Amino acid sequence: MRQLIESQSDETFILNLGPQHPSTHGVLRVKLQLDGEYIVEAEPVLGYCHRMHEKMGENRTFAQFMPNCGRMDYLSALAYNHGYVCAVEKAAGIEVPERAEWLRVITVELNRISSHLLWFGAYLLDLGGFTPLLYAFDDRERLLDILDTVTGSRLTYCYFRFGGVYNDIDENFVPAVREFVARMRTRLPMYHKLVTKNIILMKRLEGIGPVSAEMVRKYGATGPVARGSGVSYDVRKNEPYSVYPEVDFDVPVYSEGDSMARYKVRMDEIEQSLRIIEQGLNRLPEGPVMAPKAPKILKPPKGDFYQAVEAARGSFGVRLVSDGTNTPYRLKLRSPSYSNLSLFGEAAQGMLIADAIALLGSLDLVIPEIDR
Amino acid sequence: MIRDKIKKEMAALSPVAMLETEHAAKGYDLDVRVSPDQVVAAAEIMDRAGFFIEAVTGVDWLLEAKAAPPKPKAPSEAGEQPEGGGAAEEAAPTAPEMEVVYDFNIASELCRVVVRTRIPRDNPELPTIQQVYPGANWHERETHDFFGIKFVGHPNLTPFLLPEDADFHPLLKG
Amino acid sequence: MNESINIPWLVGSLVAAIAFVALNASMLVWLERKVAGHIQRRIGPKEVGPFGLFQSFADGLKLMSKQLIVPECSDRILFKVAPLLVMVPAIMSFVVIPFSENLVARNINIGLLVIFAFASVNVLGLLLGGWGSANKYAVISGARAVSQNVAYEIPMLVTVVTMIMVTQTMNLNEIVLQQPDIFHWYIFRLNASPLMPVAFLIFFVCSMAETNRAPFDLGEAESELVAGFHTEYAGMGFGLFFLGEYANVFIGCSLATILFLGGWQSPFGVFPGVWWFLLKVYTLIFVVMWARWTFPRTTLYGLLNLSWKILIPISLFNLVLTGVMLKVF
Repeated sequence: MRQLIESQSDETFILNLGPQHPSTHGVLRVKLQLDGEYIVEAEPVLGYCHRMHEKMGENRTFAQFMPNCGRMDYLSALAYNHGYVCAVEKAAGIEVPERAEWLRVITVELNRISSHLLWFGAYLLDLGGFTPLLYAFDDRERLLDILDTVTGSRLTYCYFRFGGVYNDIDENFVPAVREFVARMRTRLPMYHKLVTKNIILMKRLEGIGPVSAEMVRKYGATGPVARGSGVSYDVRKNEPYSVYPEVDFDVPVYSEGDSMARYKVRMDEIEQSLRIIEQGLNRLPEGPVMAPKAPKILKPPKGDFYQAVEAARGSFGVRLVSDGTNTPYRLKLRSPSYSNLSLFGEAAQGMLIADAIALLGSLDLVIPEIDR
Repeated sequence: MIRDKIKKEMAALSPVAMLETEHAAKGYDLDVRVSPDQVVAAAEIMDRAGFFIEAVTGVDWLLEAKAAPPKPKAPSEAGEQPEGGGAAEEAAPTAPEMEVVYDFNIASELCRVVVRTRIPRDNPELPTIQQVYPGANWHERETHDFFGIKFVGHPNLTPFLLPEDADFHPLLKG
Repeated sequence: MNESINIPWLVGSLVAAIAFVALNASMLVWLERKVAGHIQRRIGPKEVGPFGLFQSFADGLKLMSKQLIVPECSDRILFKVAPLLVMVPAIMSFVVIPFSENLVARNINIGLLVIFAFASVNVLGLLLGGWGSANKYAVISGARAVSQNVAYEIPMLVTVVTMIMVTQTMNLNEIVLQQPDIFHWYIFRLNASPLMPVAFLIFFVCSMAETNRAPFDLGEAESELVAGFHTEYAGMGFGLFFLGEYANVFIGCSLATILFLGGWQSPFGVFPGVWWFLLKVYTLIFVVMWARWTFPRTTLYGLLNLSWKILIPISLFNLVLTGVMLKVF
């Protein structure tokens, strides 16, 4: 019992949650100071998956950095693609054909659904429910197959190019996506019946891990975490990019701020993404998918540029400082989970371990994205 | 509009430079450059206006200082579009400097504000804003990791993303 | 009943009990994986043997061939004793369970008491295993297991006391004999107490909680405590916990069957025998598995609240009501 006695005082002890732990989803480590099962202090320790993407960015040409984008948030890689190409296009002043813009939006939203589905399954796994994970993976599998045919990969997509997308869709894509949308519409009510209205789940999530709107602001949390606390902030609406201004969709906002609110926001977002995808399919114009005049070697003018996009976890920002050469001078990648996780220490104080796990899961963390 | 309000309050700080930028072209609406000791005051202005903090990061301008010969130049007027782009490049300094960039954003309307400051590269120190924005704590730690910039008053500037025993700062140029 | 001790019969039945526990556990693991598979729209094990029936034997072989690792800082004696403390009482309980009228190792008059006496040792094994591992997760888990077991033993025992009042005996075989057909099953004996179905439900939930089965598997809540009390166990050390868990599930369900569902008696009064007993028990076990693969896990305080605020008052009320009913009618 040596380790137990060696803690800071007689009343509390330190528990290392991670870096190898089933519910930290990767290599996050949270140092918990516990009084019994109550958390006195929670300190996330990062860096176990740090690869210094920002430095890699400085050593590569703009195009060479593209594959890195899919390797930060591997669950919504296309949103990261989108943020990076938008930033570079903004800097270099490249126009994107409309068909490419719509394709980007459709694939990003498909990717968002697959990310939320995986979160849904993994979150229920955190809460001890095994079966929803398999159901979610069943749906996600179909989605990955669709994305596979158009992007060429299943997870770490590298589909967008400066000035368009890499590949036009084939004739099977539109019917396949329509079929998926129709199927997903029947699956969502089933999820709500099976999971959302389960009394144990409601007891475990309602009122657990409250995050106030003020806390969201002070810590810079974005995405579903902010929207679950009543902050109506969605980059797609607040700072429209691509063809999002032309799309009709709602931003689900719940003001409770508890884990249930964050859960509901994500589930509603799946529905909204389906709406966006449907509109995209209806309005998909004919035409080229690459800007004909997109330069092969990019040399954006001097200056710094910021581009934010709504990734599945919140606002992903790229700050691109260009010095006029073919490599970025500085590439700052603002990842949403980093800020979302930073409020965990304050929010988890005084909680029980089981509730803290519910809170941690509701933040929807992807560790490689936090560590970059 | 909130941008004008921020502009007015920032002007009271007499910043080094301040310019409105076009959102579509740059991705932000207001670019304020303050001196290092005004960072906390600037953060307080943003906090009072209801902004949230998006990120804190640094830029090492060593290579620029090497490339450009020292030449004195008046700081650009507010509203004027300098040839380089942001306020960052409006004058190449003689001694190499580092820049610290604070990104602020607000949920209620479209207004992204960038607050920057420059500190000497050989003594990179400036006050922390983590008492204003607790979320800045992690961003400042990360910036310290990558650039070795010391945020005076920060409670815990130990390596965060880098290994515990890291004694290097990977994003320093040269 | 023959009260002289028949040594060969006792030894033989103990061996049979051990064999049954092992066979039952491997069967249940297979069943659990198949049930889980079909609930999750998968197939489940299918490679080893017909329908994957021998999968558990393969797993068992693997477990037995693994090295037994004793962590350096652990309390070696407690660490090694703990799995036995879970396993042995579970096997001992089988001695008094009547599989059919004659298929019972020792038909003694205090069978019910014996089972609960042995069942209460189980928690000691979990606690010692958790403590002896010198692992913080395991210690938390051990503490959880104790508070959970204490909380659920009370409503369970109160319900059992109610049943003893009604049946007037603690001999399990006699309790079964009192329920010759479905109308005499105690779950439907509303004239004994109108709350009988509720009592069954309480008993069933409590036995689920007692055996640490999901959604009450707080002791081994893998998303919180990695693997709880058996975090540090490898090979057969873990295997014994595992066997013990399934043996306990079987005992819990067979007690529910004996007390409420007529044990080995046929629901129609014909062909009573061991098949009815096994059918009923495995149906209940299926329900236990179904619950596991459907519900998320509760929290410790939710579990304790359920016990102290709902189950205990209801079972106490049922006790009083049954007493009044017995006196009046």
